[in-house]
Amino acid sequence: MEKKSNITIKSIVAIGIGAALFFVAGRFIALPSPVPNTTMNIQYGILSVFSIIFGPFVGVLAGFIGHTLIDLTWGSPWWSWIIASAVFGLIVGLVKKKIDIENGVFGKKEIILFNVTQVIAHAICWIVIASVLDVVIYQEAFSKLVMQSLTAWALNSVTTGVVGTALLFAYAKTRTKAGSLQKED
Amino acid sequence: MNMREPIISFKDYTYHYRAQAAPTITDINLEIYKGERIIIVGPSGCGKSTLAHCLNGLNPFSYPGEIKGNLTICGVETAKSGIFELSQYVGTVLQDTDGQFIGMTVLEDIAFSMENECIPQKELIERTKAEAEKVGLLSKLGDAPHALSGGQKQRVSMAGVMVNQVPILLFDEPLANLDPAAGRDAIELIDKLQKDGEKTVIIIEHRLEDAMHMGADRIIMMENGKIISDSTPEELFLSNKLIEAGIREPLYLTALKYADVALSKDMHVERMQTLSLADTHKEQIRKWFAKRQAKEPAPEREEVLRVENIHFGYTPERENLTDISFTIRKGDMVSIVGKNGAGKSTMAKLLCGFETPNKGKLYLRGRDMAEDTIKERAAHIGYVMQNPNQMISKPMIYDEVALSLVMQKLPEEEIKERVHETLKICGLYEFRNWPINALSYGQKKRVTIASILVSKPQILILDEPTAGQDFRHYTEIMEFLKELNEKGYTVLMITHDMHLMLEYTSRSLVFSEGRKIADTTPEKLFANPQLLQQASLKETSLYQLAKDCGLPEEAYIRAFIEYDREVRS
Amino acid sequence: MSATLSYIKKNSPIHKLTGSTKFIFFLVWSLAAMITYDTRVLVGMFLLGVVFFRMSKLTWKDIRFAVLFMVWLIALNLIALFLFSPEQGVGIYGTRTEIVHLFWRYSIIAEEMFYLFNFMMKYLAVIPAALLFILTTDPSEFAASLNKIGVSYKVGYSVAIALRYIPDIQRDFREISQAQQARGIDLSKKDKMVDRLKNSAAILFPLVLSSLDRIEVISNAMELRGFGKNKKRTWIVERPFKKADYVAIGIAVCAMVISMLFIFLNGGRFYNPFV
Repeated sequence: MEKKSNITIKSIVAIGIGAALFFVAGRFIALPSPVPNTTMNIQYGILSVFSIIFGPFVGVLAGFIGHTLIDLTWGSPWWSWIIASAVFGLIVGLVKKKIDIENGVFGKKEIILFNVTQVIAHAICWIVIASVLDVVIYQEAFSKLVMQSLTAWALNSVTTGVVGTALLFAYAKTRTKAGSLQKED
Repeated sequence: MNMREPIISFKDYTYHYRAQAAPTITDINLEIYKGERIIIVGPSGCGKSTLAHCLNGLNPFSYPGEIKGNLTICGVETAKSGIFELSQYVGTVLQDTDGQFIGMTVLEDIAFSMENECIPQKELIERTKAEAEKVGLLSKLGDAPHALSGGQKQRVSMAGVMVNQVPILLFDEPLANLDPAAGRDAIELIDKLQKDGEKTVIIIEHRLEDAMHMGADRIIMMENGKIISDSTPEELFLSNKLIEAGIREPLYLTALKYADVALSKDMHVERMQTLSLADTHKEQIRKWFAKRQAKEPAPEREEVLRVENIHFGYTPERENLTDISFTIRKGDMVSIVGKNGAGKSTMAKLLCGFETPNKGKLYLRGRDMAEDTIKERAAHIGYVMQNPNQMISKPMIYDEVALSLVMQKLPEEEIKERVHETLKICGLYEFRNWPINALSYGQKKRVTIASILVSKPQILILDEPTAGQDFRHYTEIMEFLKELNEKGYTVLMITHDMHLMLEYTSRSLVFSEGRKIADTTPEKLFANPQLLQQASLKETSLYQLAKDCGLPEEAYIRAFIEYDREVRS
Repeated sequence: MSATLSYIKKNSPIHKLTGSTKFIFFLVWSLAAMITYDTRVLVGMFLLGVVFFRMSKLTWKDIRFAVLFMVWLIALNLIALFLFSPEQGVGIYGTRTEIVHLFWRYSIIAEEMFYLFNFMMKYLAVIPAALLFILTTDPSEFAASLNKIGVSYKVGYSVAIALRYIPDIQRDFREISQAQQARGIDLSKKDKMVDRLKNSAAILFPLVLSSLDRIEVISNAMELRGFGKNKKRTWIVERPFKKADYVAIGIAVCAMVISMLFIFLNGGRFYNPFV
């Protein structure tokens, strides 16, 4: 008799595939943003979907691995931001239990909960974590970090809000049962 | 072990998924003996995959459900076992050749299960090499999956389950993702592996004639979760059960039946290779053929698409297409065939404007398309991807079909009118407010075709429209495409499916290594063994039958196709 | 995608090191660079890094794009740092040596320039090690290496799966976006930002859904082949440690020790030439 370990194979695979999607979205989909020289990070929309479907454990590792791989293929990892990505996946995953996405429940209440969570999560990640780490590691000037983190927070929140909500909404629709449907003339 | 002692034994076995309202398989009684080769057939949704999952332990350990009755494998009661224990008895090769290729290279993928057993490295390497040699991949050990063909990937998977010396090999639709030649090789390899290793082999497959290529001891037929037939291939083929259950019978059998040959036991009908026809039978077939008149070829219609001396390469170092020229006429129904990587899909991408040729010209109704954007071309040429799930981006049917019109910002009234009109053409009107996931695979395919048709293109290019589909879905999709073709649409299909070519297309373009090596009729193609080999197709049994009866192969195949079309419509 | 760095197979002493060695080296090395701001240590690490790079037989062509990109990023950061806080260095080093006044609140100050130079060196010290790790480590060895340094083999395998399926997902993405472009969904168009985001969701949705299907298949395939059965697993690609591996790790540890030693000697993270 096998015992169910707390790390299921499915979550191992979800971490890997989530990280791969994060990588592909972050590395190859460059949507120009209103702020010059920045792009919209639509990978956070995808990460938030994985966090809601699979929970915080998958979220934190998919974010960590995905972001590390992106940075490595550019040449050098930016640890403070990598950790921020990981924490974002973690925090959004914490509300998995409150959003019954597997049974197709994603109404107004869930949309609000999801978006409040993701905006707070982005705030914690970019304004608090990334900045504190940048100060500690690189002794960067505080005022530069304020500008940098507020921009990242705002852009990422908008991106996740639009992309994440749209993806979850569509995903929820694929989970509804067909039982009550009737043909129309 | 005694030969007559079952290695697998289902007794009054019922499996009921927790999430389902009713049991998926019911009252299964089946005994499989050591060394047997069993083919399980049945339409999609008949429960054959559920049965396979019960054998390898995915049911109930990954997909929970309730079991009634019992199932023992090698003396082990499966309900009280677990996936890991069962995997020592049953090695499973799945249908998706990419999904199950987990390792970064051939070497790692073959070694995967031994690594999980904590086998020391020295032994790992030895055993992996030995297994790779058995499936003929010793020279490919360092290759990544994208450097391999579908058939090679599948052989890696076979090696990967056999390293454990499992007594039972379970193949879940092994032919679905392979071209016909690779499928034939796969069946021959399975046959060899079975004989060398005294394995018990279970093949789940709806391409029955192909799966029977090296014979089988028994064929189990399933429908609605029950076993409706359990007999030798010969008994099954002599009965009418296949047709009743909507499963395609081998072509040579159909041909014999058309010629009114009475099938009997002494004819050994189970395989084309074993078939022995008496002179009277051959005479009957020759008589049938003599009565068939060759149809006049349809008059040539106006040209819609012309490809002239196209050269293209994704990288400057290598040309993927070399000097391609052909013409497509209005109302054509053409199949584009050839091995994976022969350049078929690349050709389609060039036509749609996804890629730009290095040299050569593309004409649409005589006009050079070079300056047209992807979107402008899409108004004339619609491209439908193989997997509908890769195209569907809206959860509701109406929204999905309306998408391209919404993107053009057309007025709402016009959108509604055109969407409804398209849905009616595609027979989806009554479902217009349904979520797409409530539809069957065939219906989903229709939705993706509808979402393209709504832009009113006159030419449709479809990538593998019927891959992995059972006979019912195949017929559903192809009859729909035929209807569209009769309404004046020009249809190009990239395909491996020999039945599709024979039954639905009047012309085949054959690609090989980036060149167009033939532009011919399907019957000419199937009467030319050398061309077939280059296209990675295989001979049909009709060819052999014609040969045996001393009839001209090409003319006989054509007569068969024409008659078959008449009968079916 | 020539801009994407990936493993380049060559026969060099660096390539012969095990994946675990290069991974440990890279981690310790970047940690050492992270904690210090001592110019002498950072310059020393950078020069040593360049020497190692020469040993790897990699060429300038292999890394040109990446290096130029990093330089550009660092330059942007330096400019931003200067614009937002032109006197950051003064606060750190405690003195103010103005060389020339520019305008408004901006001057060229020796301390600030020195701080910016150190900031740059902090990145430059890590880049050779990072590039070596990426370009000379066979991805096949990645999971085994992580496992060897104590990461659970299951999590290690997540990384392997990510690396294994990135090319597949990239191909899917390219095909999906081409097909969607034909339906008029074009991300390069000058639409409003929200519209563009919505369009990207229309491309991502089929990609995410097919990836979720893939998760199902992969986990079944892994489970059926006994993944997760035992607390440990072996790796066919793992290589034994040789003398060179111990030497390499020794060098990284030395860098770490020196980095800490200088913090202790300086009484802080900064080397201050201004007092």
